[in-house]
Amino acid sequence: MVNIGFFILPLIISIIVIGGFLKKVKIFDVFLTGASEGLNSTLSLAPSLIGLIVAVSMLKSSGALDIFTSFIAPFCKFLGIPSEVVPLVLLRPVSGSGSIAILDNILKNYGADSFIGKLASIISGSTETTFYTLTVYFGSVGIKDFRHSIPSALLADLTAFIASVVALNYFYKLHI
Amino acid sequence: MMNVIWGIILIISVACSIITGKISELSTAVLTGTSDAISLIISISGMMALWTGLMKIAQSAGLTSLLSKLFSPIIKIIFPDFSPESPAAQSICMNITANLLGLGNAATPFGINAMKEMQKLNSSPAIATNSMVMFVVINTASLQLFPTCLCILRQKNGSANPLDTLPTLWIASTVALIAGITVTKIFEKVGKKKNG
Repeated sequence: MVNIGFFILPLIISIIVIGGFLKKVKIFDVFLTGASEGLNSTLSLAPSLIGLIVAVSMLKSSGALDIFTSFIAPFCKFLGIPSEVVPLVLLRPVSGSGSIAILDNILKNYGADSFIGKLASIISGSTETTFYTLTVYFGSVGIKDFRHSIPSALLADLTAFIASVVALNYFYKLHI
Repeated sequence: MMNVIWGIILIISVACSIITGKISELSTAVLTGTSDAISLIISISGMMALWTGLMKIAQSAGLTSLLSKLFSPIIKIIFPDFSPESPAAQSICMNITANLLGLGNAATPFGINAMKEMQKLNSSPAIATNSMVMFVVINTASLQLFPTCLCILRQKNGSANPLDTLPTLWIASTVALIAGITVTKIFEKVGKKKNG
């Protein structure tokens, strides 16, 4: 079960290439167009990542993060969320690059294959930048009243956080 | 929103480092933070480019529209306000497919298109309809099958198997999505405004 991940990449690549051949797509030309779009969009992330990674490492090195985390830790413990991932949980709905910065930091400090590292990965992969998405979509058609979107979306995020902890604990039990 | 958050983070950091006496650590963090950011960009850009390139082939070969046909029965249940053949439903399908494949760039235009189609059916244009709320909530829950950026970050930080968290991630993601849809449906029933 754990190694399913290894098969995904080769599988997806083969399906796409075979599908492209069957439909007589000029696959390499199309690939180049897509890849340069991807490269550009990654590069356009750079300014916000620089700003946010600096901010996150400042927050960490000043000791502010530790103080803040210890404040909120009891509440998170109640929900089963380890205090190490609290900064990620707080920033995830607000900023995509900000949570990339925090995730990178967590993986570096605790190890990508540690429980905390895996949990942080799962949390960031199972949630989205909620407020950004809300603003872009409702903003595009001039909706002012979001009605129950914010509570619904945040409850879904909270569920994702808790589900990540529960699911990861379960997987650990299966393999040990 | 980020303007305020960013400013507050910087000010708190400086203030706190004065109190805790960690000003030298703070200065080092500023210097290393910038180079960390650049090495992060460099390490993710290769895989991101490869992935968007592959997905462009998938799109041209019609694989994405094939996938979106698969979703139309589900779309019918979640969005009862319009038929699966309507332009709104089709844009929604394309948006969900693009999200699943991690094509954020392609997903957003489809999503905005879907919003515009739904707005045409909206009797009070400043207030979100049930379908709009549902659609946006689905978009705020992550639906990615292959979170490219996450896998690269894990690989970069020395994971022995960067993809091994995927099954767990899909479970957490699905649970959250189902919770989001359920909660939205409940709010719909409880709330006042009920139109298309």
